[in-house]
Amino acid sequence: MRAQVFVTLKPSVFDPQGRTIADALHSLGYAGVEDVRQGKYFELDLVTMEPSAARALAAEVADKLLANPVIESYRIEVS
Amino acid sequence: MTCAVVVFPGSNCDQDAYHAVKDVVGQDAEYVWHKATSLGNADAVILPGGFAHGDYLRTGAMARFSPIMRAVEAFAAAGGPVLGVCNGFQILLEAGLLPGAMLRNSGLKFRCEHVHVRVEQIDTPFTCRCREGQVLRIPIAHGEGNYFAAPDVVDRLERQRQVVFRYTTAEGVVTDQANPNGSTAAIAGLCNEARNVVGLMPHPERACESALGSADGLFVLESVVEWLARRANRPVLERVASVG
Repeated sequence: MRAQVFVTLKPSVFDPQGRTIADALHSLGYAGVEDVRQGKYFELDLVTMEPSAARALAAEVADKLLANPVIESYRIEVS
Repeated sequence: MTCAVVVFPGSNCDQDAYHAVKDVVGQDAEYVWHKATSLGNADAVILPGGFAHGDYLRTGAMARFSPIMRAVEAFAAAGGPVLGVCNGFQILLEAGLLPGAMLRNSGLKFRCEHVHVRVEQIDTPFTCRCREGQVLRIPIAHGEGNYFAAPDVVDRLERQRQVVFRYTTAEGVVTDQANPNGSTAAIAGLCNEARNVVGLMPHPERACESALGSADGLFVLESVVEWLARRANRPVLERVASVG
């Protein structure tokens, strides 16, 4: 199976890169973009064919390495 | 003193640290490759600056799992003095040996310049030769030194006197302008609860000879020599006191 892991900064954490991208978009005339948050995206190819096992393994990997719980949270999708 | 300088793939301040300890402070230094599982007979450990494992994923994220870190954790748990400089500080944060995390500098620039830091605590192995409130002039060189911790964690750090260095003006005043990266509470360096593990973003090992612009870093590196000497003498003094 494939697990997709989306890692983003927690809402309470300031994202200087996202803010800079938002500023750049505003200077390009995209006034309709209110704010930008930058994150990370991972695709994990997993041996298991079991969705619940895939989700559990992806969560374990995210907790251990992919995300830093002090500043980041994550969301998982399996397919 | 024998000081272990841990070398990760991508460390680039390991030779500076080795030179400062060996040639300037006049102590023994040994490189320890990150795949080693022992620190040998080291009395102190430095995790040097650089870009361990390319800073891939997050700064320090992969270095945390290098085999030598199990030995560093055990050394720290036994009360041994551990200093993390810049990337070494980031590794200590990722490893959970110090609380918090680093974000990209608030101004997004890689800052490479001399800054002033005020010594807030002098009861750590790396500040015991300083005066409380002493201002050191030491260079920084980092893109991700914006210290972050949740407000309750920062409160606890302040209450437990774990903020060891703060960015200030040359006069020792905390101002927004003197904070080069947006760090919470102008935090430049921290210690753990046991006070034997210290991390800081500025590079004391690059400021040990006046020819390099400042020798203030010597206060940090000479502190650990004195701290170890005091620790070695303490049982003797206690024994004498109990007999007397």
